[in-house]
Amino acid sequence: MADVNPDDRPLSPHLTIYRPQMTSISSIFTRITGNALLIAGLLIVWWFLAASTSPEYFDLANSVITSWFGDLVMVLSLWALWYHTLAGVRHLIWDTGRGLDVDTAEKMGWAAFGGSAVLTIITVLVI
Amino acid sequence: MAYVTDRKRATGLGSAKSGTEHFWGMTKSSVALLFLVPLFVFTFGPMLGAPYEEVYAYYTRPFPAIVAALTLVVGFMHFKNGVQVLIEDYTDGLTRKALVIAMICVSYAAAATGLFAIARIAL
Repeated sequence: MADVNPDDRPLSPHLTIYRPQMTSISSIFTRITGNALLIAGLLIVWWFLAASTSPEYFDLANSVITSWFGDLVMVLSLWALWYHTLAGVRHLIWDTGRGLDVDTAEKMGWAAFGGSAVLTIITVLVI
Repeated sequence: MAYVTDRKRATGLGSAKSGTEHFWGMTKSSVALLFLVPLFVFTFGPMLGAPYEEVYAYYTRPFPAIVAALTLVVGFMHFKNGVQVLIEDYTDGLTRKALVIAMICVSYAAAATGLFAIARIAL
């Protein structure tokens, strides 16, 4: 304890020492989806920048984002967005002190997985 | 300093007093995004893959342009604070600082670029 440099504090063990559970998987997916949305976010910004620059530049950005690979990234990102949104709602509910028991937490986790899949399909059909 | 006990060194320093601000910031931006994300998905979505003229005309309208601008700004600020937690969980020392600063730069740059582009189309 003599050294109080906060930079050198050990990290607590995580990921490697726990048996996967419904709650841990739904939690790590919240983190993965949220941070992976950077890619879609940057693609969308690029798409707007291209649209504001010239028709030729727009066609380039548009063809990249609507290519089969672009479509794959955008559909996965759409699911990620809905999952992260529903998982966020779950966190907002937890923050009020409700739903913290294991049974409710697991039910809300499944609701986030199921709900995000349904919302993704609906969104793809609508737009 | 080496001859002072840990207890003695800690006495009087109090708590950090600012630890909950980050959490509350994430709460605020997440509630905002709860409204903005559906609006953005169903305004931006139909434009993805649409021809240039249609996209340009659509984003000269106030509502879609304001929704897109707000979503990108609030979204990237939410990302900035969220990714900071990710970085702090898995790295430390100089790597941690460098990554946090880099992600702050990326977030502000993306938000500013998005705002600039939307403004240029809308105005």
